[in-house]
Amino acid sequence: MSETPDKQTNQPPKNSRLVQKLLLGAVGMFGFGFALVPLYDVFCDITGLNGKTGGRYAYEAAEVEVNEERLVTVQFRAMNNAGMSWQFEPMVRQVEVHPGELTEVMFYARNPSSSTIVGQAVPSVSPFRSADYLHKTECFCFSQQTLLAGEEIDMPLRFFIDQDIPEEITKLTLSYTLFDVTANFQRATSSL
Amino acid sequence: MSNIGAIDGHDAHHDDDHHHGPAKGITRWIYTTNHKDIGSLYLWFSLAMFLLGGTFALVIRLELFQPGLQFVEPNFFNQMTTMHGLIMVFGAVMPAFVGLANWMIPMMIGAPDMALPRMNNWSFWILPFAFTMLASTLLMEAGAPNFGWTFYAPLSTTYAPETVTFFIFAVHMMGASSIMGSINIIATIQNLRAPGMTYMKMPLFVWTWLITAYLLLAVMPVLAGVVTMMLFDVHFGTSFFNAAGGGDPVLFQHVFWFFGHPEVYIMILPAFGVISEIISTFSRKRLFGYDSMVYATSSIAFLSFIVWAHHMFTTGMPLAGELFFMYATMLIAVPTGVKVFNWISTMFKGSITFETPMLFAIAFVVLFTMGGFTGLMLAIAPADFQYHDTYFVVAHFHYVLVPGSVFSIMAAVYYWLPKWTGNMYDETLGKLHFWLSFVGINILFFPQHFLGLAGMPRRIPDYALQFADFNMVSSIGGFLFGFSQLLFVFVVIKCVRGGKKASAEVWEGSHGLEWTVPSPAPYHTFTTPPPIAENAHARVETKGDV
Repeated sequence: MSETPDKQTNQPPKNSRLVQKLLLGAVGMFGFGFALVPLYDVFCDITGLNGKTGGRYAYEAAEVEVNEERLVTVQFRAMNNAGMSWQFEPMVRQVEVHPGELTEVMFYARNPSSSTIVGQAVPSVSPFRSADYLHKTECFCFSQQTLLAGEEIDMPLRFFIDQDIPEEITKLTLSYTLFDVTANFQRATSSL
Repeated sequence: MSNIGAIDGHDAHHDDDHHHGPAKGITRWIYTTNHKDIGSLYLWFSLAMFLLGGTFALVIRLELFQPGLQFVEPNFFNQMTTMHGLIMVFGAVMPAFVGLANWMIPMMIGAPDMALPRMNNWSFWILPFAFTMLASTLLMEAGAPNFGWTFYAPLSTTYAPETVTFFIFAVHMMGASSIMGSINIIATIQNLRAPGMTYMKMPLFVWTWLITAYLLLAVMPVLAGVVTMMLFDVHFGTSFFNAAGGGDPVLFQHVFWFFGHPEVYIMILPAFGVISEIISTFSRKRLFGYDSMVYATSSIAFLSFIVWAHHMFTTGMPLAGELFFMYATMLIAVPTGVKVFNWISTMFKGSITFETPMLFAIAFVVLFTMGGFTGLMLAIAPADFQYHDTYFVVAHFHYVLVPGSVFSIMAAVYYWLPKWTGNMYDETLGKLHFWLSFVGINILFFPQHFLGLAGMPRRIPDYALQFADFNMVSSIGGFLFGFSQLLFVFVVIKCVRGGKKASAEVWEGSHGLEWTVPSPAPYHTFTTPPPIAENAHARVETKGDV
């Protein structure tokens, strides 16, 4: 790096050691920028920030006890992201469940357009503190949905509320935003 | 451009046998590894970008002169706000400070040149290509980037014009340039100080640049990372910022502002250094509280890494987050206050004269402090919900950037121009330039506070009727300030071409090694390290105790 042996500095080794360290620092910070991505996910997982829910939860393995003494209200919302044309709504607006009790509700979707569209639902729970206590054993959001022109579908969601849910949470909202991912889907398949 | 720095007249200085003058013709500038040449290149480049970015700003103020759409389409308006921000931040302010660093740091610490001269050449010559590429998007069918200089996803990914790729690579190139520049500056300061020039004897401009260089090294790679993620999202189907694919647009804002907040200190810390030099010189006193200045600068640099989310109060953060970022942000007012009080104490009972650099420096202290106070207002999380994305924010950051960073750069140019060229600038015209700029800037930005508090959103080409009067006032100030800068260009060129000869000291109260070399500074300085006074504290006495 320090190709200046003829210069007054007469400290080329010192320069190159420092430059190597600094370059290493720069590369490290470039990596740190990318490390922020998983760090952010972990941070959101731990704190439940953004209302992120976990993935598929195995109910049977968890040996869940049902707490008959408490009732928690779970509300459902469904909305389309900009540019999504599907009719998309929950078939029940809200249910009251005992913590630990496995519940199934259905969501309805219809593709009113004249072309095939691939949809992806992204869930979010509010208040965000309750996100950790909502466990889904089956959800249409775990995979993409493909609907042909005019096709309709009933999509299942099975979930239960953790018995450890804090006393003060009596109501929580699970909302889904539906994205049109047809373009991504085509790109993915064409690149296969 | 060929008489940059007026070094042409240097053949007269063959006092040392091993000196050789600059090469002739254009190749001098292309192949040069001389820190003074490269400093001049950076400064001229920065001036060109300042005028280009300023032209874009005038397009914005022209459109906002009256409500309704008169001159440009909304999409082109957005391209103007985006390009104005990018060019001013990355093309004007940052290269200007790097240019000042190149010129002054080796002369201030008694070094013969920068530590890595060849890399120095490279880090400058990347810039014209980066900005040509960025500016060329204006001529393309898809138009220039239109998503704001903060390029929030998904505006800059899913909904971006096709030219976003040019933008991404331009940012990569300027990032590479900044990283190389900062490595060079760190290596120079840490390895090339003259014997006896201990850290706590370094001029404050050197200190602030050392800290700035570390900030650059820490955050420019993060900026490179975030645009790389954008590149992947746009072209390779990843979903870093795409919610449909499991990503999160809010993540973009976190990564961007992790870079962005230290970036604003990158643009102001060297200004603190410049102002410290100038106020001390024209008050004919030592800088008050040198040590505390060093520690305050370091504290600001450290705090800059833990306050980024105050740009994101309205993204739905939990209360604990809002409180943390609010208090951490307010904490920055403490070291900044230390600096402001030190500058005032330096002037206190000083024998002050008001040459152009001092006028700019005093205006800096007053107006930057005002920008700092509006920053405190914005730091109040519950109040920020009202101010967020309004003209109040625009007024705030322009107050810290224009009468802050830009005034300090102009102060530095007037201060060191006699040393660079050997000629005094025209003091009358310099003062005229100052007063036009000072009046213009306040007419331009002060009414924007009121507009913002009244609820006018930023980045809009048209607005509700009740905002009309203040917008017209603001535009008048904008044109006054903008066209005054032509006078600045005239004064600089006039000074480069000739004028009253400057002495080595230039200023009566000047202090520091750069004033011990003749004016204009010879092509090579300090090929043998100068002696540093034993008892010198934070300065090198050049002519008795000033």
